[in-house]
Amino acid sequence: MQIFAYIVNKDGKADDTALELALAAKKLDSDAQVTAIVAGSGIDNVCQEVSAAYNEIWKIDNAALSYPDGEIMGKILPKLLPDNAVLLLAHEYLAMDMAPGVAIRSDSAYIADITDIEGMDGTTGKFVRQEFSGMVSTHNTCDLSNGAVITVRPGVFASEEKPSVGGSVVDKSGDIEIPETNRKYLETVEAEVGDVDISTSEVLVSVGRGIEEEDNIDMVKDLAEAMGVDYSCSRPIVDAKWMEKSRQVGTSGKTVKPKIYMAMGISGAFQHLGGIKGSPFMIAINKNPKAPIFQVADIGVEGDVLDIIPDLTEKIQEIKG
Amino acid sequence: MEILVCVKRVPDTSENEIEVNSEGSDIERDDLVYSINEWDNYAVEEAIQIVDKVGGSVTVMAIGDDESEEIIRREMAMGANNGILLSDDAFEKSDGRGLATILKAAVDKGNYDLILTGAQSDTGAAQTGAMLAAMLDRPFASLVNLVEVQDDSTLKIGREIDGGNQEMHEIKLPCVLSIQTGINEPRYVGIRGIRKVASVEIPTMGASDLGIDSSTIGDAGAKTKTLDYFVPELGEGAEMLEGDTDEIVEKLVEILKSKGGIK
Repeated sequence: MQIFAYIVNKDGKADDTALELALAAKKLDSDAQVTAIVAGSGIDNVCQEVSAAYNEIWKIDNAALSYPDGEIMGKILPKLLPDNAVLLLAHEYLAMDMAPGVAIRSDSAYIADITDIEGMDGTTGKFVRQEFSGMVSTHNTCDLSNGAVITVRPGVFASEEKPSVGGSVVDKSGDIEIPETNRKYLETVEAEVGDVDISTSEVLVSVGRGIEEEDNIDMVKDLAEAMGVDYSCSRPIVDAKWMEKSRQVGTSGKTVKPKIYMAMGISGAFQHLGGIKGSPFMIAINKNPKAPIFQVADIGVEGDVLDIIPDLTEKIQEIKG
Repeated sequence: MEILVCVKRVPDTSENEIEVNSEGSDIERDDLVYSINEWDNYAVEEAIQIVDKVGGSVTVMAIGDDESEEIIRREMAMGANNGILLSDDAFEKSDGRGLATILKAAVDKGNYDLILTGAQSDTGAAQTGAMLAAMLDRPFASLVNLVEVQDDSTLKIGREIDGGNQEMHEIKLPCVLSIQTGINEPRYVGIRGIRKVASVEIPTMGASDLGIDSSTIGDAGAKTKTLDYFVPELGEGAEMLEGDTDEIVEKLVEILKSKGGIK
């Protein structure tokens, strides 16, 4: 099997997922020759960085690729890859832009956001995914015989392992043409800075959909105030405009690294958990005993945050006098 | 502007505990509360707001059985002008490519400047819109959280990328966009609104109406298949506190104090 991995790179550095994709490729086929594809402008350092984990590195250096654009790469990759290639990408915002289209344009199979690989049966791969916001998992088969595009959930193949494959860099810059596209990248607008930088908070009281109504948000602010700590939230709270975006924890919001994280009425979708680093001590309160948050929390309470938060606030206020 | 929004009827995860059935062949679907996929509802609201500004019409289209009519009507009560149901036994067990194949055939029957989908649905693959765009050979953008109409042929769009940053693009019509939640505030749909559209005829099309080769869709066309459903055992999980609210609050305070959570 010929396996390729698309390397996300930014500011002259490979993303953490570069190594994870190499490990995923080995789990799919331990004998596979795995090729990294590094595209961008001025990417020699990135190529060197990933050479430890890959047998070969295809360098595509072109000024037009200085910003990684899914519409452009999505048209380059199907022409660049050999027939029946298996392409791995990290399941994040660039892959969501281009990976399904690459599968269609190269007439290969597609499987998204895999969380594990259980091996091969002939030319069929067996994969684990999650559905319904992580509440259930599924085993899936994917026919790889005519090639495939597979997106891999970031973090699931993370390892402390330091590979030493030492692959060589092959300059493929001359093998591609920059395609015409009807989408033009303009700029990246940086996130607004809020009144509090939750990425430095030591303790976070974080609230999710379980708070039910905007009027109940004050309850959370009161608890945080009583504890003397900061408050934050999950995505639905920002979508509903009940808190500012700068207080959202998750891959599309802030990455936080507190010592204690209280997940109040948060189910624990992977996009949320992806924004919590440094393994904090986690307390989760949720009405649904099957919520995925209980799998990662240290302490769990099956219950309604609307009942527990006011009593908890009162008790803490009592202690502090 | 003629806008098509592709929508899906899904179990509402905020209203249900999703459990696997005893055979592991599916989730337990009896007594589930279904609704429109949350992302799709934002897409319909966005389409209605665009048409309110520049004129045109909004068509809502779903693949599913008769019960999907209910969500099409709901979105029509919001303000969508037309509904189309794509329904056929041959559509069942389609993978992402199969679903995009069905949608493409239906898109080819119309004349749409802009096609919107939700960024993802219950299966979480985030694939249908991107596949549809590639099949139509139209430009595409995913995770769209801002749409501004520039002129008859150009939109300015924002994509939600990591860390709350936003990637801005200009995109030519006709195009396909997958819409992220939070792009707008979907309007409330009242009972009266639903009543008004209760008897509107929803045209239904099947595989033969759409001229689809049935070997390219359904189980036969699927290169990716779901074998079974299960609930993973991940590590030890949380230590669950038991007792009434008073006891639980007592224990939480003790834990917070010992861990330094109370400043």
